Amino acid sequence: MDRAPHRWLALGVAALLAANPCASAELRDLYYGEALFEADQGQFFDALVRLDTELAQHYGLDEPDLDTLHYHVNGAEFSVGDFELNYRMHNRAGRAIRAVLEGNVDEAVRNEAAFRLARIHFQKDQLEDALHALARIQGEVPEEIRDDVEFLRANVYLASGRPHDAVAVLKHMPESADLAGFSAYNLGIALLQDGDATHAIEQLDRAGQTKARERADLAIRDKSNLVLGTMLFESADFARAEQTFDRVRLDGPYSNQALLRAGWAEASAGHYDRALVPWGILVEREPTDSAVQEAMLAYPHAYAELEAHGRAAMLYGRALESLSGEIGKVDASIGAIRDGGFLTALTREETRQDRNWVVRLRQLPDAPETFYLTELMASHDFQTALQNYLDLEDLRARLVSWRTSFDAYEDIIRLRAANYEPILPGVDAEFRELDSQMRVRLEQRERIASRLHSMLTAPRPEFLATADERIMAGRLDAISASLQAAGEAPALDLERVARLRGALTWRLETEYHARLTQAHKDLFELDRHVKDLQANYDSFVRSRQAATHSYVGYDAGIARLRDRVDSALQRVTIVMARQGHAIETVAIDQLRSRRERLVAQQTQARYAVADSYDRARSSQPAGAGR
Amino acid sequence: MPLIIRLFVAVSLVLCIGIAAARADEADRQQMKGLDEQVQDIKTDVLGIAAELNLLEEKLLYPSGTQLAVFVALAQGDTVRLDAVQIQIDGQPVARYIYSFKELEALRKGGVQRIYVGNVATGTHTIEVAVGGKLEGGADYSHTGEFTFDKGVGPKLVGLTVAGPGSGHEPIELGNW
Repeated sequence: MDRAPHRWLALGVAALLAANPCASAELRDLYYGEALFEADQGQFFDALVRLDTELAQHYGLDEPDLDTLHYHVNGAEFSVGDFELNYRMHNRAGRAIRAVLEGNVDEAVRNEAAFRLARIHFQKDQLEDALHALARIQGEVPEEIRDDVEFLRANVYLASGRPHDAVAVLKHMPESADLAGFSAYNLGIALLQDGDATHAIEQLDRAGQTKARERADLAIRDKSNLVLGTMLFESADFARAEQTFDRVRLDGPYSNQALLRAGWAEASAGHYDRALVPWGILVEREPTDSAVQEAMLAYPHAYAELEAHGRAAMLYGRALESLSGEIGKVDASIGAIRDGGFLTALTREETRQDRNWVVRLRQLPDAPETFYLTELMASHDFQTALQNYLDLEDLRARLVSWRTSFDAYEDIIRLRAANYEPILPGVDAEFRELDSQMRVRLEQRERIASRLHSMLTAPRPEFLATADERIMAGRLDAISASLQAAGEAPALDLERVARLRGALTWRLETEYHARLTQAHKDLFELDRHVKDLQANYDSFVRSRQAATHSYVGYDAGIARLRDRVDSALQRVTIVMARQGHAIETVAIDQLRSRRERLVAQQTQARYAVADSYDRARSSQPAGAGR
Repeated sequence: MPLIIRLFVAVSLVLCIGIAAARADEADRQQMKGLDEQVQDIKTDVLGIAAELNLLEEKLLYPSGTQLAVFVALAQGDTVRLDAVQIQIDGQPVARYIYSFKELEALRKGGVQRIYVGNVATGTHTIEVAVGGKLEGGADYSHTGEFTFDKGVGPKLVGLTVAGPGSGHEPIELGNW
């Protein structure tokens, strides 16, 4: 199921994974940090939901420069693309990165975006687009991706059938780079595709002897030796082929193939006794492996060539028994897949938790349907299909859980409505009364403030009279009026009234400034209370609005979301069934192919047993068998 | 060369460059590709639903007037192995979390965990934080800190940054956002 253009290449996937864009920068936006927290655990759905929401809110602000995400906005845009890529949403990932590429960003950022876009195109087999994106990388390239860019460029050339260009790029890759093992191997393959077998052999020989400590580097070194050994074997250089196969580690992923071919190299050189060593090791290994099954026939074949027909007959018999058993296992696997066992095994929790689950599946005693499919399951397309299936299962679980949540939300809304609706009319009536009283008082305050302000330029002492003084002035006015109304009033009385009014005026005039100062102080004091009152008022209005918002206006939104969830759930169920069926079909096709091969080997073993017994019998001295 | 060897050579190169023994035919591949496109469409759709649902939940359960979110981060470059965090707000326990290896790694890489979302009234509140873990040498480590924060009319974000001894940082720092 591998995609054809990439089958030759060592992709160095680990090296191509994007680094955390915020690892070294000071974090200024907590929600962005939360998205990184989710993404670092492989929870890309949650990371995307968080970051999409944050970016949408950021761009919806009137002044996004004041938002804390402003400090990380380029990193966030990149992260969205990365998360989408990791969540296998190539279409959206491409769009997100193109947006960065076309935005107003500096050269280094644009180049990094172009690199990421090229990587997406390459993964989607859009090689022309990948080259076009790589061509946009100009000027300053961030150091941390410099080697990755060149490695990707070479891979795209190789996949595009331009090995000569790939050779030119790979020859200039620094040997100390993290990708050294991968680039050395790819250079060998590029030279081979370019028709330069001599230099290809030299290059693969170098790639097969590089110093390596990491698991991926060790594996690519083994792969180099395996390819080189096979090339040497094809050119009948058996001795050197055997030496090259010997360099493959006995516990690595290529060891079975290396042991098998080492045996054939010895056998082809006529050294059947030496071929027994690697094949003897191999036949003791996991019997579902195709190399082991081939060795089951090759091993007795070597004994037969060494004229040890009795031993050969016995080993052929054992092979026949084992192959029959394996055919039974394949049949059982096909049956288990048809019963849905394969998909159940693939969706086990350990599949999601363990990176090496493909290897470990073999060790699960209750998952026989997976024994013959590890090769298939390790292929890129199968992994994509399986991941899609697992993602759909995850989405299905989320959608089901959300659907349940809607009922809970509606309960909350109903309870809140039942709580608030009976009491809110009374609260509102009381509030309206208090509100009108408050408005009257505030208007009074405004009038006083305005009057005091005007008194600063046009003094009006009578405005600052106390209540007693105002009463007293009123009484004096009344006395004066009644005296004048009585006709000839005694002058003494009028003088007394005038004296008293003078005394009052004197007090108002002489105390005017002190009273005006005190009046301003009192106004400031009043303002303090008005401020507290306004705060209480605002708090009440917010609480009152919150009370309504807590249960009003949700119905349409929930109904719409419920419809969307139902519709998505329906789509997920349909596509999941199709995806599952496609996985099962591919698996069954694979098993059928393995079965045909096993049956052919079984037939071969059956003839070989008979032949070896005949030869063993005929080589025995007459009468020995009786 | 015997037939069996010739057959072996014919298939060996194919095997050695990592192609699965039986490749699905072109029709299978096209079907898988078509399904992949459909899965991507569904993901886009469900992500949209999730975003809308988040907004609904926030509005319904944690309105901005009372919303409080507490986040936990590790000081940059710190080597303390954080095992657990407990949080009390105004004397009431609100969150207790035990960290897995993956979560700890994510914190070390600069990620921030939203450990609690809830509602509090406007005004001044106290937050009590207890952290437990192990130091690089294997010794047990624990620390408790108490802080106050003001909740205004908008959503309140409280960030707690945890650091081990000798890191040059306070054991627990509170940041207001």
